[in-house]
Amino acid sequence: MSDGKTYGAVAEFESAAAVYRAAERLVSEGYRKLDTHTPFPIHGIDTVLKQGASHVGWICAMMGLIGVAAAQLMMWWMNGYDYKIWVSGKLPYDWPPTIPITFELMVLLSAFGAVFGMLGINKLPRLHHPIFKHSTIDRVTDDRFFMSVEASDPMFDSNRTVQLLESVGGSHVELVEE
Amino acid sequence: MTAITVIDEPENPLQRPPIVEGNNDFASVTSTVAGVTEAKTPRGWYVLFGISVACLLNLFACIGYLVWTGVGVWGNNNPVAWGWPIVNFVFWIGIGHAGTLISAILFLFRQKWRTAINRWSEAMTIFAVMAAGLFPAIHVGRIWVIYWVFPIPNQMGMWPNFKSPLLWDVFAVSTYFTVSFLFWYVGLVPDLATYRDRCAKAGRKVASRVYGAFALGWHGSSRHWMNYEKAYLILAGLSTPLVLSVHSIVSYDFAVSLVPGWHTTIFPPYFVAGAIFSGFGMVLSLLIPARKWLKLQDLVTLNTLDSMAKIILLTGSIVGYSYGMEFFVAWYSGSEYEQYAFMNRAFGPYCWAYWIMISCNVVTPQLCWFRRIRRSPVALFILSIFVNIGMWFERFVIVVSSLHRDFLTSSWDYFSPTLLDILTLIGSFGLFMTMFLLFCRFLPIIAISEIKGTMKAASPHSAHHGSDEAKEAHA
Repeated sequence: MSDGKTYGAVAEFESAAAVYRAAERLVSEGYRKLDTHTPFPIHGIDTVLKQGASHVGWICAMMGLIGVAAAQLMMWWMNGYDYKIWVSGKLPYDWPPTIPITFELMVLLSAFGAVFGMLGINKLPRLHHPIFKHSTIDRVTDDRFFMSVEASDPMFDSNRTVQLLESVGGSHVELVEE
Repeated sequence: MTAITVIDEPENPLQRPPIVEGNNDFASVTSTVAGVTEAKTPRGWYVLFGISVACLLNLFACIGYLVWTGVGVWGNNNPVAWGWPIVNFVFWIGIGHAGTLISAILFLFRQKWRTAINRWSEAMTIFAVMAAGLFPAIHVGRIWVIYWVFPIPNQMGMWPNFKSPLLWDVFAVSTYFTVSFLFWYVGLVPDLATYRDRCAKAGRKVASRVYGAFALGWHGSSRHWMNYEKAYLILAGLSTPLVLSVHSIVSYDFAVSLVPGWHTTIFPPYFVAGAIFSGFGMVLSLLIPARKWLKLQDLVTLNTLDSMAKIILLTGSIVGYSYGMEFFVAWYSGSEYEQYAFMNRAFGPYCWAYWIMISCNVVTPQLCWFRRIRRSPVALFILSIFVNIGMWFERFVIVVSSLHRDFLTSSWDYFSPTLLDILTLIGSFGLFMTMFLLFCRFLPIIAISEIKGTMKAASPHSAHHGSDEAKEAHA
């Protein structure tokens, strides 16, 4: 296995607490390009890994504003400009009756923003990921907790990193290829 | 010292009962839920599925006959033009509301017991909205021009009238369906990854590929989880006002009109409470037998049923209060038409429907004050059936009793459904149950990753050894 092709080192842990402690240790050693892979979100580990805030909220807010603007523009243009409908003595376009549809379109586009924004930031869907080459990774969706250290981390060294992962309680420590 | 010391604590009201009972760890939770779909298909499933598909085929036949012949095949008459289909529409859309309440509102309130039931209530929402959406679509009569309700160019060269609550409904229901579906699917992704990995291990290649495609390559990265949780929180935040808006807008279909008995400002909150009440009724009707047959008692505990019964009690009481308030407002308004509409409801030709509604919706939920009833699956199941019946009759009473005697005495008439009306209603249950049974057979019916997150071992600060765990519980 040549080092240029190595994606990184992956280790398995028994519990949420173990992988959390291991993450604290590796970060304190100076590693930055590491990630944990867990069956459910472990609260607080994003702070340990210094991941920063999620940007999904901004995408969602932008989409919500687009929804409001699109709804207003649509209803004004269709009922108030292109083909005026005079019914029960009401103005063809007036804001109060536009509120329900404006609200619904805001929610709809924000939801699209939240879901597709999340998938986009996470770069999903993805057909393959190097981590799937690890021998016990199938338990990541069951009851085991994994940590990966990418080879592109400046601190990464195939021997030292593997030893470190073993010393913090990792089992099945393996180098996986790209 | 072992973990058992926790139980020795005198009953502490602040200490919540655990979500997952029994001797379970992460792996056993996974295999319990996945075991439902991995086990050989039970014979009972085939029987139920056969009945449901038969009802569904009957629905197709009814719709075919309706489209071929025209809406005259229904019992709808001149004053009661809305008739049975709109009763069914409001009934089904109301049932859909429990799913979003459980998945969104209870999520924001951090009610962790929701994790046991959110997945199937969300699924139920989606299938109920499908059944609901069908009725206004076939009720328009000329279903082939249903696209006139959408803001797309048509041969008349004119646009929909956005001032009409019926059009607001189109947007509300379609948004509701889409957002509920997205919410459900996002929740499913990590669990589909679980299924993908289990199928791969069991050598089921095709199944693994299919689940894998829908799992989108999920591998539980903490970076992914962070964005995922943010998106989930936002969806919950969006769905909360959405669920309140949908049934409010459905109630505008009535309240914005001038018909006595409909034209009241109480309708939006009254409809929303009724929707949640009926939805919880339907969740209990499906959950209680499924929980027993699929042996999920450790995950869907009596505490969960107890909490659901309390929500039934709360919303049922709001519904009962609304019924009383409607009468008060009719009297207080001084409008004789309004007063007549309500006297006619309770003592007119449809009084039988009114009193069925009152006994099912006002009297039955009050039984939930008793702890023994809240914790008895059999009692709750029977109660939930009454709630379903009562809520269907509520919509019947609102639609039919108000319309059949409106302002113009000469057009008063009595509405009775035809056989086709009844068969179509049965057919809509067929659609709902067919989808639900397929869901139970092929998808994780309990949110595996979410329920794991509520277990004590999920905390990054919990230790594996009993003594530490016990200490933590005391802290």
